[in-house]
Amino acid sequence: MDEVLGELRRIVGSQWVLTDAGELRTYASDGLLQYEVTPRVAVLPGSADEVRAVVALCARHGLPWVARGAGSGLSGGALPIVDGLLIVMSRLTRVLKVDLDNGRVLVEPGVTNASVSAAVGPHFFYPPDPSSQIVCTIGGNVAENSGGAHCFKYGFTTNYVLGLEVVLPDGSAVTLGGPEPDAAGLDLVGAFVGSEGTLGVATAVWLRVVPRPEAVRTLVAFFDSTREAGEAVSRIVAAGVVPGAIEMMDKPSIRAVEEMAHAGYPVGRGAALLVELDGPETECAALFDEVAALCAECGSDDVRIAADEAQRELFWKTRKSAFPAMGRLSPNYFVQDGVIPRTRLPEVLERIDELSAEYGLMVANVFHAGDGNLHPLVCYDGRVEGQAARAEELSGRILDVCLEAGGSITGEHGVGVDKRKHMPKMFAEADLEAFQRLRCAFDPAGLANPGKVMPTPRLCGEVPGPYRQHPLEAAGLAERF
Amino acid sequence: MTAPSTVDEAAALITGATTPLAPRGAGSRWGATDGTPVDTSGLNQILEHNPGDFTAVLQAGVSLVEAQARFATAGQWLAVDPPTGRHEGGGTIGGLVATADSGPCRQRYGGLRDLVIGITVVLSDGTVASSGGKVIKNVAGYDLGKLFTGSYGSLGLIASVAVRLHPLPRATVTVNGSTVDIAVLQKAALELNRRPLEALSLDARWNGEGGGLLVRFGGASAATQAAALGLVLQQLGLTDVRVENDDEALWQAQRDGQRSRDAVVLKVSGQPGDLSRVIGAARDVGASVVSRAGLGLSWIRCSPDAVAGLRAALKPLAGTVTDGARLVDQVWPSVEPGVAALNRRVKERFDPAGRFPALPLSTVEA
Repeated sequence: MDEVLGELRRIVGSQWVLTDAGELRTYASDGLLQYEVTPRVAVLPGSADEVRAVVALCARHGLPWVARGAGSGLSGGALPIVDGLLIVMSRLTRVLKVDLDNGRVLVEPGVTNASVSAAVGPHFFYPPDPSSQIVCTIGGNVAENSGGAHCFKYGFTTNYVLGLEVVLPDGSAVTLGGPEPDAAGLDLVGAFVGSEGTLGVATAVWLRVVPRPEAVRTLVAFFDSTREAGEAVSRIVAAGVVPGAIEMMDKPSIRAVEEMAHAGYPVGRGAALLVELDGPETECAALFDEVAALCAECGSDDVRIAADEAQRELFWKTRKSAFPAMGRLSPNYFVQDGVIPRTRLPEVLERIDELSAEYGLMVANVFHAGDGNLHPLVCYDGRVEGQAARAEELSGRILDVCLEAGGSITGEHGVGVDKRKHMPKMFAEADLEAFQRLRCAFDPAGLANPGKVMPTPRLCGEVPGPYRQHPLEAAGLAERF
Repeated sequence: MTAPSTVDEAAALITGATTPLAPRGAGSRWGATDGTPVDTSGLNQILEHNPGDFTAVLQAGVSLVEAQARFATAGQWLAVDPPTGRHEGGGTIGGLVATADSGPCRQRYGGLRDLVIGITVVLSDGTVASSGGKVIKNVAGYDLGKLFTGSYGSLGLIASVAVRLHPLPRATVTVNGSTVDIAVLQKAALELNRRPLEALSLDARWNGEGGGLLVRFGGASAATQAAALGLVLQQLGLTDVRVENDDEALWQAQRDGQRSRDAVVLKVSGQPGDLSRVIGAARDVGASVVSRAGLGLSWIRCSPDAVAGLRAALKPLAGTVTDGARLVDQVWPSVEPGVAALNRRVKERFDPAGRFPALPLSTVEA
């Protein structure tokens, strides 16, 4: 242990190697607080070279490691491992290059999502916009293939990453892709984005940025039911309109956000639909009236059009406050992240209502309606014995409903540790085995974020089977396994 | 040639093979791969078209034309417009995904990598594996769809893909302007890239001593946008600026410029700011160019003996010979040793027997 710690201190400087239990507690969880593991060591490298040296040290000693950005993820993807290193990327915050002629930026992974847009503003922006965008980092976004409210029109992180400087788990550095599209060889950038930190760690990221749309028009329409609101979404999309964002909230969510944001929303209505069109002024003008009319045709007698930027911001603040606002209605809640084919929304919401009644637990729904990404908030009281467990069970059964409808167990939060157990419901063993092939190509020793994504720990072919003293044991960092 | 009609038959064929295999779609590419063809024409089912969800699931051997005809009945399309090959029917879905071919509308909709939402593949040991799903937003598991898109068959056989669809544009209108000055062309292209146009396509063209820019709009206000941009192109120094409502032939010509029956096409991966350099190098050897001016991709149609010089002139941009592979010594661009090694490790895992075609890269310095 002393030997490894000594080397770490030589690489990054003593003040950036944390071993004190109190300091380490900061890093025990990511945004999913029900999982908590205090790492033995956290290191905060200050440069790509230091990251490479730390990963190479881990490779030499066979130490597993987890890279962490802001720790705002919601699947436990950055949960530390008790017998390994946590590599905290938060000091790598430089914007290395801004090239607006080509619509490119090169950033270090610790740069926050919002600061990419700030660096290229006001005329350009970076479209993927997870709700945590003020704090979450590009490195974390790359690991999770983060989405956001605007991805129905604009796409996800993976559609904006052109190149990556990556440190592979063996400690070597490679450049995958670059500022140019269609690099030679396999699309390893596409394979890396969304791999949840299991293929290596990015030390620099080439991103595409785009001109900010000329016009933005936003409305909120209220309906008696989510079925009517869902019908409005279908009609809008079927008409060939691709809204910048189209977001739905159900009755409990409206009540929660109104108590917090005081936007004057009608508490008691069945559904609120936020629709935002953006693009050329002429195109927005041509389509916006059509969207408002479709909402009315589908049963909305209350369509509110944002008169100015302040009102638009209020609409969005209200939508984005849905998760924290739920804390006012319920002591605790789980945020689920299922996806369904959008047309199955009515039956899926009915099934969720039935499950909610069966478990006696309130479920509020917030929905990225364009792309079928549901965020049911399963409410419970952690002080009541057994309720948390039942809420978690209910949360899992909602995923079963999503899968039965032809959907997915996660739309944007990732698998992490939280959804490992659901992976075999979505994927056959042959699929998981194919995933493992990719993993083993990048990380044959299984050192990068082990225990995430895959439902059960798997070894790669080259690793011999019989018992060996674990390198951590040899390094004195852990006593037993 | 063997043409399996089910995925299981394909798996049996692949595991039973003792010779190198070459997955084959419509054969619409001229540079076919050596090996025993695995013909996907029997895997020709449109497994699903879900109009309300804007998704579809297609077997590899379905022709793009047939698929588009089906989607069009619902006012939808798979938003790719690659050049057609030797067959009028164009390529198959499997071939398109394997080659990651693209056309002018990639400007708006992204490439195939951005439209494939799920994939089923057959590996050389007979494993049939899927990743992704049938929903447009999904981060469960690794994205094998992107790994296989553009893999040129090197990792295994693509059996079927799930894709995201888009609404067909209501109407299209194109602005077309000309110039004989490469610097004017470059400056105009960069200026357009700075504007929030939301164009369907933004292309440059060059042939002999002249060229131009083409911008295509689609949507409710396409004509208004095109008219406004026409004035901008004039201000930027382009001449003979026209707004064309009947614009399909213009774009067919752009797509045709990406293919060559007798000569070579060198696809160059650059950035928008590389346009003048690419066109200049092509002009010097008497070659014609089609460029996606918003993306930085160019296709240079040239003679085989011009390829090495063009690659040298355009370093370090990657150049791939997409037509006329048999006429040149080096088809693929070279990559740095670390990246080549990682590509090889991926291939060794997915195709340990080495039955599928070689990786689409070179380790020889071009």
